[in-house]
Amino acid sequence: MALLDFLKKIEPDKKKSPFLHTLYDGFFTFAYTPNTVTSDGVHIRDGMDLKRTMVMVVLAMQLCYIFGSYNIGHQHFVAIGENTGLLEGFLLKIVYGLVKILPIFLVTHIVGLGIEFFYAAKKGHAIEEGFLVSGALIPLIMPPDIPLWILALSVTFAVIIGKEAFGGTGMNILNIALLARVFVFFAYPTTISGDEVWVAGLEACSGGAAVDYGFIETSIINPLFGWLGMSGFNEAATVVDGYTGATPLGLASKGGWDAVTAVYSTDQMWWGAIPGSIGETCKPFIIAGALLLVTIGIASWRVMLSMLMGAAFMAFALNLWGATPFMEVPWMYQFYMGSFFFAMAFMATDPVTAASTNTGKWIYGFLIGMVGMIVRVMNPAYPEGWMLAILFMNVFAPLIDHYVLESNINKRLKRA
Amino acid sequence: MGLILVAAIILLAAVSLVGESLLGIEAKQTGADKSGNNYSIFPSFATNSTGADLPEFASKGTSTVLKKGFDIMLEGDAAKELVELPSSTFAVQPPNFLGISPIPKVEVVAGDEVKAGDIIFYDKKRPEVKYVAPVSGEVVAVNRGAKRSIAEVVILGDKEMKYRTYEAFDFATASREDLVNYLASSGVWPMIRQRPYDVVPNLDDIPKNIFISTFDTAPLAPDLNFVVQGREVAFQKGLDVLNKLTEGKVHLGLNGKEKPAAAFIDAQGVELNWFSGPHPAGNVGVQIHHTDPINAGDKVWVLGVQEVITLGALFTEGRFNAERVVALTGAELKKPTYVKTYLGANIENFVKDNLTNDHVRIVAGDVLSGKQKTAQGFLDFYTDQITVLEEGDEYEMFGWLVPTSSKPSVSNTFPTSALFPDIKYKANTNTRGERRAFVVTGQYEKVLPMDIYPQHLMKAIMANDFERMEGLGLYELSEEDLALCEFTCTSKMPLQKILREGLNTMRDQG
Repeated sequence: MALLDFLKKIEPDKKKSPFLHTLYDGFFTFAYTPNTVTSDGVHIRDGMDLKRTMVMVVLAMQLCYIFGSYNIGHQHFVAIGENTGLLEGFLLKIVYGLVKILPIFLVTHIVGLGIEFFYAAKKGHAIEEGFLVSGALIPLIMPPDIPLWILALSVTFAVIIGKEAFGGTGMNILNIALLARVFVFFAYPTTISGDEVWVAGLEACSGGAAVDYGFIETSIINPLFGWLGMSGFNEAATVVDGYTGATPLGLASKGGWDAVTAVYSTDQMWWGAIPGSIGETCKPFIIAGALLLVTIGIASWRVMLSMLMGAAFMAFALNLWGATPFMEVPWMYQFYMGSFFFAMAFMATDPVTAASTNTGKWIYGFLIGMVGMIVRVMNPAYPEGWMLAILFMNVFAPLIDHYVLESNINKRLKRA
Repeated sequence: MGLILVAAIILLAAVSLVGESLLGIEAKQTGADKSGNNYSIFPSFATNSTGADLPEFASKGTSTVLKKGFDIMLEGDAAKELVELPSSTFAVQPPNFLGISPIPKVEVVAGDEVKAGDIIFYDKKRPEVKYVAPVSGEVVAVNRGAKRSIAEVVILGDKEMKYRTYEAFDFATASREDLVNYLASSGVWPMIRQRPYDVVPNLDDIPKNIFISTFDTAPLAPDLNFVVQGREVAFQKGLDVLNKLTEGKVHLGLNGKEKPAAAFIDAQGVELNWFSGPHPAGNVGVQIHHTDPINAGDKVWVLGVQEVITLGALFTEGRFNAERVVALTGAELKKPTYVKTYLGANIENFVKDNLTNDHVRIVAGDVLSGKQKTAQGFLDFYTDQITVLEEGDEYEMFGWLVPTSSKPSVSNTFPTSALFPDIKYKANTNTRGERRAFVVTGQYEKVLPMDIYPQHLMKAIMANDFERMEGLGLYELSEEDLALCEFTCTSKMPLQKILREGLNTMRDQG
């Protein structure tokens, strides 16, 4: 209890310094659940609150963070033809990944939480937990080499326009994390699409291009690893001949499934040792997170299952059509490529932006699956669709709910 | 190859799941599901896993199996023995009756002697309905609350009860109107409540149906089979009287899980409806929803078992018998038990020398929808339970992350509640987090076995959207029905309060 006494002693005055008090309150309620008691209504409350809900989602993403850090390094070394085995240079790969991912994580949270704190103090309410999840999701859906200023700009846009403008946590129409990504996508398309951006630390994705190491790699990590007797980064390395950095989807949109399997094996795609956004490549770990969320009852299994069904249905229908090589990719192999599972587990299930009725969730998920697959296969410019499909259906979710509620109302009217 | 197999299995599972739900919905809509029969694709599986078949004693009447809901397991169940704990004072509290004017006409002054059944006050808007003394004795105080409203009329009870004598009532020749007037002037009329709104009904209203739930599934609620013991005759008489008041039916809701008392199973002149499931299966609102739901403009009446007994006793005993069996429950009571007392009894004697510590909250009713009372307070008119639980005004380190104390929860994120559903908890009154906007969806639907979307209804009430409130089923709900939703609410929203605001708005609209 000594800590509690200390924390109570340093509590800033609410009137004199509202911002400090809001900040203090945010951190204090993290350390201790408040001592408020029920009044007016139920006398006991469930142990579940929004903090716990949000933290559970963040926990479910942790495997993606671990694998994402490793994969940034792994893809980098594959490109320069060093340590190409999965476990070769494991430590170096992780360290390289952390060098890339930590700044992204920090910038996301400093910018996002800063805005959150500012608005909480300004409006005089407690800091809400919404950004916990958004802030954990954003680094996972960005390319590893994203310039930090673009990231900061996109987070600012997403939090202010996407959330605070609508009234804060629980009021937003569009998924915050996806809004940040779509901002980069439309404002700075060269940093988030094409073949060049998915592998970190290269001058260019073509044979003979030089590596691009910064101060941390050359002046901190290399001496450290040298001192420990391990090999560090090779500053003279160049990209191996014939390397393109293309993602499976990029290949599939040009040459169908044959073009994909010429470069990547199905195992490789399933386990995630491929270029892509930081957290979306490793399917088993994402599915593990999804299963955790479904088991503890936080994410909606209805949305996940119906989205899976919608995507499978559409992929199958496109198989039957078969007008382009991409359409002919066997429907189940569509799930090996791209970020379907990540979008399903963590993006579509956001309760605030998804349909809020159980019937609505079935429709919402199914339509995301269908629309996303259509965008992926038929969009000539960009071979992936989940971001756009989810944002699109976010806008339609209230309409779906409206009709579900209308049918409930009509049932009641008919009964009378 | 393996993936194709997995995908095929998933697709098959998905198709059968959708088919299963559609069949279930179809069965419900056509009314085929009334019997609790299983209309799904895999009936044997569902039967084995949920026990959908009701036991043999439930052979007569309709039956409904409710799967949604949650039983909050708490320590402090009342032992099945009846203790006589004489209270010295009793009170009639006008605020117990929703919708009456805050300053009713009080007919007595401090110092008056009253008999049990003598008129204490009446509502100036409806002077025919009399509110009477539950016991005989001396009126010791007329206490006023905010804005000079009458908070309570306190009576110092006699040791030897004296009863007001009534004229005999001739059932055979009396009309319905005579009966209604007799009930109103004798003081038992307020035993009846009208849904929607939970108010004492108007004398000229004829209810569509009358509903009585004979079991209570709320946490630590009294066992009504025990409560009715020895008063079966009055209960049956009460049902007979009610049968004269409605053009529809008198519906009795019975517990399909445990064999009810003979007084309930063998009740004459009523429809038996069996309900089996977790709380709130015992709520009369849920039972109405599954029997003959309330539509806009409908009025149905509801009564508790002990209210029916008081109503019946007026005819079998010829007096206003406000005897009540009250369950004293809660983990903070040394000896939780049943006590025999009268309506509106003072709480002090029940909890004096019976508390494990001083830092407690006394609730008249159950922990979900009861009212907080001081030890000097009085039992409310329609309650038959007192719960004593610990006040939770303490900080808990990382309480939201690592539960340092066990707490009841619907959520599977708490391993104890997910893996061991039968563990009993010592819950306290901590809010377990702070108020937030609605974020999580679908959680209320999990614990409310009604075709209602509570979150959207709440939003309609907050937005004052009359049409939506009515359309989404406001009339079918009472506070106790939403209490479990409020308990589970991740955003700690005051659902019961919001609902009452909505009901008040609609009642003001007429």
